[in-house]
Amino acid sequence: MNTPHTKSVVSCTINGNATQFLADSGGTLLNALRDDIGLTGVKEGCGTGDCGACSILVEDRVTCACLIFAPEAEGATIVTIEGLAEADHLHPLQETFLEGAALQCGVCTPGFLMAAKALLDKNPDPTETEIRYALAGNLCRCTGYDKIIRAVQDAAERMRENA
Amino acid sequence: MITVKFSATAKAVTGEDEITVEAPTVRRLVRLLDERWPGLGDQLTEGMAVAINGEIIPDALYEDIPDGAEVHFIPAIGGG
Amino acid sequence: MTMTEDPTTPGYKWVGTRPIRPDGLDKVTGKARFGADLILPNMVEAAVLRSRHAHARILSIDTAAALEMPGVQAIITGDDFPPTDDMAPGDAHQAVKVMARDKVLFEGHPVAAVAATSRAEAQAAAKAIVVTYEQLPHVLTVDEAMADGAPILHDDLITANVDPAPETASNIASRAFFERGDLDEGFAAADAILERSYTTKPVHQGYIEPHAAVADSGQNGRANLWVSSQGHFDMRTMTAKVLGMSASKIKATPAEIGGGFGGKTTIYLEPLAVLLSRKANRPVRVVMDRDEVFMATGPTSGSSMKIKMGIKNDGTITACDLWMAFEAGAFPGSPVGAASMTALACYDVDNFRIEGFDVVVNKPKVAAYRAPGAPISAFAVESMIDELARAIDMDPIELRLANAAKEGVQAPYGPVFPRIGFIETLEAIRDSDHYRSPVPEGQGRGLASGFWFNIGGNSVATVNVHADGNVSVITGSPDIGGSRSSMALFAAEEFGIDVERVQPHIADTDTIGDTDVTGGSRVTLATGKVVVEACRKIVTDLCRRAAKTWDCEIEDVEWVQGHAQHVSGTESPLSLADLAANAGRTGGPISATHAENVRGAGAGFSTQLVDLAVDEETGQTSIVRYTTAQDAGKAIHPSYVEGQMQGGVVQGIGWALNEEYIHRADGTLDNPSFLDYRIPVASDLPMIDTIVVEVPNPNHPYGVRGVGEVGIVPPMAAIANAIDRATDCRMEHLPMSPVALLEAINERNAD
Repeated sequence: MNTPHTKSVVSCTINGNATQFLADSGGTLLNALRDDIGLTGVKEGCGTGDCGACSILVEDRVTCACLIFAPEAEGATIVTIEGLAEADHLHPLQETFLEGAALQCGVCTPGFLMAAKALLDKNPDPTETEIRYALAGNLCRCTGYDKIIRAVQDAAERMRENA
Repeated sequence: MITVKFSATAKAVTGEDEITVEAPTVRRLVRLLDERWPGLGDQLTEGMAVAINGEIIPDALYEDIPDGAEVHFIPAIGGG
Repeated sequence: MTMTEDPTTPGYKWVGTRPIRPDGLDKVTGKARFGADLILPNMVEAAVLRSRHAHARILSIDTAAALEMPGVQAIITGDDFPPTDDMAPGDAHQAVKVMARDKVLFEGHPVAAVAATSRAEAQAAAKAIVVTYEQLPHVLTVDEAMADGAPILHDDLITANVDPAPETASNIASRAFFERGDLDEGFAAADAILERSYTTKPVHQGYIEPHAAVADSGQNGRANLWVSSQGHFDMRTMTAKVLGMSASKIKATPAEIGGGFGGKTTIYLEPLAVLLSRKANRPVRVVMDRDEVFMATGPTSGSSMKIKMGIKNDGTITACDLWMAFEAGAFPGSPVGAASMTALACYDVDNFRIEGFDVVVNKPKVAAYRAPGAPISAFAVESMIDELARAIDMDPIELRLANAAKEGVQAPYGPVFPRIGFIETLEAIRDSDHYRSPVPEGQGRGLASGFWFNIGGNSVATVNVHADGNVSVITGSPDIGGSRSSMALFAAEEFGIDVERVQPHIADTDTIGDTDVTGGSRVTLATGKVVVEACRKIVTDLCRRAAKTWDCEIEDVEWVQGHAQHVSGTESPLSLADLAANAGRTGGPISATHAENVRGAGAGFSTQLVDLAVDEETGQTSIVRYTTAQDAGKAIHPSYVEGQMQGGVVQGIGWALNEEYIHRADGTLDNPSFLDYRIPVASDLPMIDTIVVEVPNPNHPYGVRGVGEVGIVPPMAAIANAIDRATDCRMEHLPMSPVALLEAINERNAD
């Protein structure tokens, strides 16, 4: 604990960009993303994988960035909240979260959006129950989830219509 | 004249449920009550609000009291 | 099927609509900067060393070895803080709460803090600080703390509001007392009398964003402070007080706040950051880990309550005797006073006695939590009322209607109620599809109501009209749940312009006048009112400018739908943009400020209905259907009103079914994580149907009452009442966890 961790260079793809960063062997990917790479849209709510605020996509799978050591990102393709929208338009989930007031404080929102994207990419027409279970790893204390679930339903419908 | 209604806590000091007095402002009222029951003034101002005719007013010390009003001293409320 | 009813008010174009919130884009794209997101040049990180004992005397703190650790920039302990001798008791307690002095009073109590070039280095150095303690016996519950011979937390704590005053110190900080009428007469008139005891556990607000602060102290005695809080003015003032600084020497800038629910109305890290920055001569960021949040910040009180109520067969409540003791945590200040005032506020009861005690225990000092105190006493009163309804075989809504508080009724805490909407919430539930549908087979249906005062308070708004005719609205109220939208809607309505032309902004403590916390459900009411008043000043000014432009009397000008119009119709109307473009010729920049200690808060009421099923094999409760009706006065942005209602309900569901602080015998917290302190997740819940009731508050220009808090008051009792009807098990202790409910089911089966 008292000895400095060794550092290693990690090469990966983040939000479509080839990225290199110096990783602390004992540091989490969450800390690397936030403090070294500047992607502070990835939130820390617990550091133990219980709240989902740091949800990102690693190889298209929704993952808590706080549960991955930074060096494990070597070679990985990562998408964070900062990579969800295109330059000229938002992702449908972002649109429906805004339109449906699916956020209050907004600190859990990045994690919910990434988890919901992972769900809709695999299952374009989920039932309410499927949505609720897919998002059960993401905690929201403000909304009671009602408007979040509806926003995901609305986004799914919009994405199916535009598919 | 105004009517001052005492809470159960204040009643422990005053021994009365209510009194009728002449007081055009809350400050004058507090001074008057404190002269009659020394120490009551602090009890009625620290962390307290005043309800005048049902309207709860925090920081009410300099408030005017209309003639005929009913006045309550109640604990100040915060919230989450 | 949701029952979102969109109330519309004739004459309003913007108020009552649902535009996208102005800060929304930043929050769905990851750009919004919350407390821990700020990185300053040359910034260092901090860690806090916290007590592992619930109660101990600090004999020595040796920082020598820690100071030699790699990267360490500064270490502070209680010795770095000014003495508390001359502070008011509340300020002294606050000062000792943020950094222990001679004693630690709860597990997690800070004893030192370290700034180092990395968080890992700061944590390593904190571990290298050697603290020697003399352990002291601790008390964890009100029963332990109030017992004869109990270990005493504060040698100078004399119970307040007791006559005569006690001569010796105890753990009872104060007594709240309210009474009316004659209890004996009231009980003598009753046809049925019940007596019950209830307990509740401390529960945490559970905001997802841990506390965070960044400070940059200068050699000139000033400091910049970035805070994630419900009120950066209060953070600044409290921080200055415990550091012996003048408040204006600190400029506090609000970050986005990731949830608060009352828990971010007080200081924890802020003074530590300012002191560490001063000592390290560098900006310092300090962020809590989740276990620190649970151990050292704000739960609300655990409690013990005894209640006796009498009722006539016609449904009239004749008497209520309520005794309560609330855990305050390590320092005085539980919400037992508010719990006493709210307990019977829904009802017109002639004879009652309500006595509450504020009791210190060796746990973190409680912080405000959504309608502080009210949900706890409501659990007792609303559970009892349901039992009384069953005892006299009366519909629980009819029973409540028979006793309901209304305009002209004297509230139990003293004054007479003005126009209130309690009855309307009962009627809304009574007339709902939910209530009119039969209870599904195998389920139980429960109902409960709740009251919260709502408050006004100090707010300031500055409104600027830009040269292009668009508008900035600047306030000092952190936006915790969409209030920027409400401010924009007020301004759009007042000016008669598209809401997208209004940009709300939340300013730092040097830029806008002193503003009270975002709490007490006050922002839409109070900050909304000052926004309206500032806009009205500008509209008057715009009419004057139009009169100048037209060389006519101001009386000949009126403001209609975003334009100045000449009453004669002889002049072409001037839009806001026209007038703004010409501002230099008509008096200069268009700007107005309004500051006010806003009064006229309107009380809020909520009535809630739940259907649930209990798995008798496991004791697991499933919420199947939930409807909440709440009087908003006026819903400015209905989506965010519904959101407050839904969020409050779900926090209440967690409080009812799962959430609790579990302490080990040694006084340490056994469940300081979201894994073990389980808040509701999406798969636990159905949709939460909302009925927005609108009984306008006559003292607000738009009729607003405030909606943030009262929604959390009824759920615990509503769920207990439903469980009773589903299982014939009356649960008197929270949480009604599967373990507890299974035990009750087994006892029932044994009888």
